[in-house]
Amino acid sequence: MQCGTRITGRGGAAVTVEPADFPVNRGRLCQKGWTAHEVLTAPDRLTTPLVRSRDGRLLTSSWDSALDTVADGLDRVRARYGPDASAVFGGGGLTNEKAYMLGKFARLALGTSNIDYNGRFCMSSAAAAGNDAFGVDRGLPFPVTDLARARTVLLAGANVAETMPPLMQHLDRARLIVVDPRHSATARRAALHLQPAPGTDLALALGLLHLAITDGLVDKTYVDQRTRGFETIATRAAAWWPERTEEVTGVSAHAQRTAVRLLAESRDSYILTGRGVEQHRQGTATAAAFINLALALGLPGTPGGGYGCLTGQGNGQGGREHGQKTDQLPGYRSLTDPADRAHVAGVWGVPPDRLPGPGLRAYELLDALGEEHGPHALLVLGSNPMVSAPHAARIAARLASLDLLVVADFVPSETAQAADVVLPVTQWAEEEGTLTNLEGRVLRRRALLSPPRSARSDLEILHGIAVRLGEPAERYPTEPREVFEELRAASRGGRADYSGITYDRLDAGEALYWPCPDTDTPHPGTPRLFLDGFAHPDGRARFADVEHDGPAEATDAEYPVHATTGRILSHYQSGAQTRRVTELAAVASEAFVEVHPDTAARHGLAEGALARVTSARGGMTARVRLDPTLRPDTVFVPFHFGGDGRANLFTNPALDPRSGMPEFKVSAVRLDPLLE
Amino acid sequence: MLRGLRRHGHDGTVTVLSAEHHPVQHRPLLTTVLQGRLEAGMLRPEPEHGARVLTGAVATAVDTARRVVHARQGDTVTAHPYDVLVLACGARPVIPPLPGASDRTGRLAPGVTTLREVTDCDRIQGTAVTVLGGGPLGVETASALALRGTATTLVCSGPHPLHERLGGTGAALLTARLQEAGVEVLGGRRAVRREPGRLLLDDGTETAADSLVLCTGVEPEVRLARAAGIRVHHGIVVDDALRTSDSRVHAIGDCAEHAGRTVAGHESALAQADTLAAVLTGREAAHRPTPAVLRLRTHAVDVACVGPLAAFRRSGIRTVGLLDPAGRRHARLALDGDRIAAAVLLGLPEAIAAVSHLHRRGLPVPSDRLSLLLGIRSHLPPAEDDGRADSLVCLCNQVSRRQLADAWELGARTVPALVRVTRATTGCGGCTERVERLCAGWADAVGRELEPTP
Repeated sequence: MQCGTRITGRGGAAVTVEPADFPVNRGRLCQKGWTAHEVLTAPDRLTTPLVRSRDGRLLTSSWDSALDTVADGLDRVRARYGPDASAVFGGGGLTNEKAYMLGKFARLALGTSNIDYNGRFCMSSAAAAGNDAFGVDRGLPFPVTDLARARTVLLAGANVAETMPPLMQHLDRARLIVVDPRHSATARRAALHLQPAPGTDLALALGLLHLAITDGLVDKTYVDQRTRGFETIATRAAAWWPERTEEVTGVSAHAQRTAVRLLAESRDSYILTGRGVEQHRQGTATAAAFINLALALGLPGTPGGGYGCLTGQGNGQGGREHGQKTDQLPGYRSLTDPADRAHVAGVWGVPPDRLPGPGLRAYELLDALGEEHGPHALLVLGSNPMVSAPHAARIAARLASLDLLVVADFVPSETAQAADVVLPVTQWAEEEGTLTNLEGRVLRRRALLSPPRSARSDLEILHGIAVRLGEPAERYPTEPREVFEELRAASRGGRADYSGITYDRLDAGEALYWPCPDTDTPHPGTPRLFLDGFAHPDGRARFADVEHDGPAEATDAEYPVHATTGRILSHYQSGAQTRRVTELAAVASEAFVEVHPDTAARHGLAEGALARVTSARGGMTARVRLDPTLRPDTVFVPFHFGGDGRANLFTNPALDPRSGMPEFKVSAVRLDPLLE
Repeated sequence: MLRGLRRHGHDGTVTVLSAEHHPVQHRPLLTTVLQGRLEAGMLRPEPEHGARVLTGAVATAVDTARRVVHARQGDTVTAHPYDVLVLACGARPVIPPLPGASDRTGRLAPGVTTLREVTDCDRIQGTAVTVLGGGPLGVETASALALRGTATTLVCSGPHPLHERLGGTGAALLTARLQEAGVEVLGGRRAVRREPGRLLLDDGTETAADSLVLCTGVEPEVRLARAAGIRVHHGIVVDDALRTSDSRVHAIGDCAEHAGRTVAGHESALAQADTLAAVLTGREAAHRPTPAVLRLRTHAVDVACVGPLAAFRRSGIRTVGLLDPAGRRHARLALDGDRIAAAVLLGLPEAIAAVSHLHRRGLPVPSDRLSLLLGIRSHLPPAEDDGRADSLVCLCNQVSRRQLADAWELGARTVPALVRVTRATTGCGGCTERVERLCAGWADAVGRELEPTP
């Protein structure tokens, strides 16, 4: 989520962050926001380039020497293995300008098809489902403030009260239905908590659709006039009668009925999904199943109701629109559509056939590193895959096998520490740019502070490498404003059309939501999508034909407990930033595992003691926290910690075939006590 | 099964012979169709790519030596060679020897039907219907008819429907719930004769029955297998690979008997289909029957039971019970250690979901058994502000009661001042009222101290 903040100060400890009266957070912040300035002055902030020496140590270097090393390495890899042997891994926290330039850099300077980003581990399932259903993927197709008028909100796999607390004020008046295997902070605020077994959300959504059908709650006029494909999914959902759904999910038939009745009681209902729905090997189908339910109830594209996906990363929305996804070009254009390719190639001044096709997706890309036909050089920006990728031990080994690993970051993240070249970059308060928030609203970020010593912006770094690789300098501008002008042109006419948005309009305080085409009289932007029709050519939304298959991994005698991973209040993402903030680290300084007291007793675990959490892929160490509200068959581990505390040492890289999303939410594990 | 084959990568031809003209995919939904809440068309099997489905094709014989199934489709006789044959013949209703209900050839009299196929739903007509049989299907059918407004009578030979499964207390409560839902329940009676419009009972009374629905049990459909010389016990006997005595022939679903048991329930049949799909595509797979749960589908009341009633009397079994006659709620658990040996649950929807889930997966019951039965969360965590000095008031900014008190002592004497100093309430805002209460409470205390003592 992107909370509006006001930053004051001149640098050093004098900088303070305060909540702004911005519609999303309306003057509120959680601890992460209040302490955000500390990241600027992290004691181990990277300030000079580092290059690994022959004896394996990272030594300080000049920029010229570091960038030469990068360019030489990339040249060698290209000469030896071809262009696809160089790969790029981006992040959902990068500004629109950086995400755009990274995509351009990969396709033109490196000529590689292998670029993807960590958003693949976040919102890619809902993005795929949203594109299929509505013809376009914008997290919330309405301003977040619309939620304040809702009568009922169903939150599926989204722990808003803990991961984005300021958003809760928009949900205060609604009756909340929370779907979560854990009795989360959000579930505690719910009128109704449905607690399905991990990996059965899809069955639950099908069951709720079944009840909507048999209880006569389907909005037939809406379905007839605004959708396609209902009959197929209705026949499919017929198989999910409440008692069968109860059998598979553990959610009582009675609670299912109550949920559907609450949702259907008025038109003012919303269904919102989060990572809990998406991070499964059937994540796309699961998100689609909740969209199906919303469509059957006639909610999306109406003034008082709808469906939305809650995005988390700093630029979770914009980061997925401008070309750092492997199958995608700026403006949410497709890399496989000839007209889309021609348009973007035209803006870039190259023939369309110079653009490579789609390459490997995030986990597949990391998994292939150093393998015979995989990439041998990797450039990482705004991401820490050593901690955030599933099956982390495997990924660490793959990263180690590279000929060249380059990491641009402002702190020595776990991935940076493994790099051959580390490039210190400027961060949020030191640079300008734009971000697109969870509502599809484009936001301006302004620079307040000067960056430390020799840190450079990601744009400058891409420029520096590209020029060394023989690219024309003017193709890689370093001024964000200039890059944005190019992005506007590249997105013109695309699904995420930014062409009518300018820095000047944003600076004047305009609230601009894409699509915002460049029109004679300035286009006001589109706060609410779909009111007149969905983005498919016929204006109709599509029901998806989905079926529940269950998680990839079942519990058994050796691995008898489900483990699910997620976020906690004091950290975000891999924790590379928040673990460096004193106040946040004091709240949660090390990995922990939440265990039901019965389960703990059965496995010989005690509150406060250490435990090993081990799956077929590997194990991690965590401190035990007893939580009687958990399902006894499930433990929870946050994934924000490094080293032996990485939850991803046990997670399962079973991928969603459509989105490439790994199954972070369900692993079968064993619990063992560990003596300190 | 077809879906499983496709998922496991089978690309050879599959022929399906369906005796029914309108095959039903999900038989448990027939009562929902009966209620008028689901169109019959919704029960048709999903179209499967790569399968040739012949409807109205009655298999008449299996020649296991030549590996051919002989069938009759209308007037046409057909032959279907196979490499592998899967018998999924299901079960067929048991027709009781009731005078007036069927003729000598076994054909049902007009106004008499079983409930096995979609077309049976249309046969249940008239304003008054009697359902014969106190098993699960009888109860579900009777309550479905009552829900659609039909005057419905349920006749069963036991004192109450499901008496053998639920025991006296549970079954009596079920009767009470059914009566409340509009079903007239006549227990302890046998039908002696069907006459047009009515059913005569052994106690000399009669019930109105424009239609009579026979829910008098089913038996595995084994005739085809038996005639082909395949080993049949109660059902068609299969091993862990769901293979019959003929290695080319498999059987799944209601017609199959595995480890001495015919399957109960839709989910078990699906599990068998999935296992067999894996076996047939060359994977290591073995059928492991899941513990059966009887879960009624009736709007009258939530009912479930697992295990045999006899388990309650076994030595070493500990029981937990709950009886609320006025609320028509009842629960009994028979525990073998921390596993469920048997359970009877009525009127407790959350307990039903939880207990069934645990039993099916062989999981231990939680140590707090009463919470389990009542469907409430046990050991609720302490509220954010439980009065202890170090308890967290504001989760989002990690502000404890002590920090707020310290701020007050240092001069932050209003809510805005406390917020400014501590950042409490500035996250989700959920603690705003508590901070206001604390602030007012401290102000009151100070006020009282300042009052002159009388």
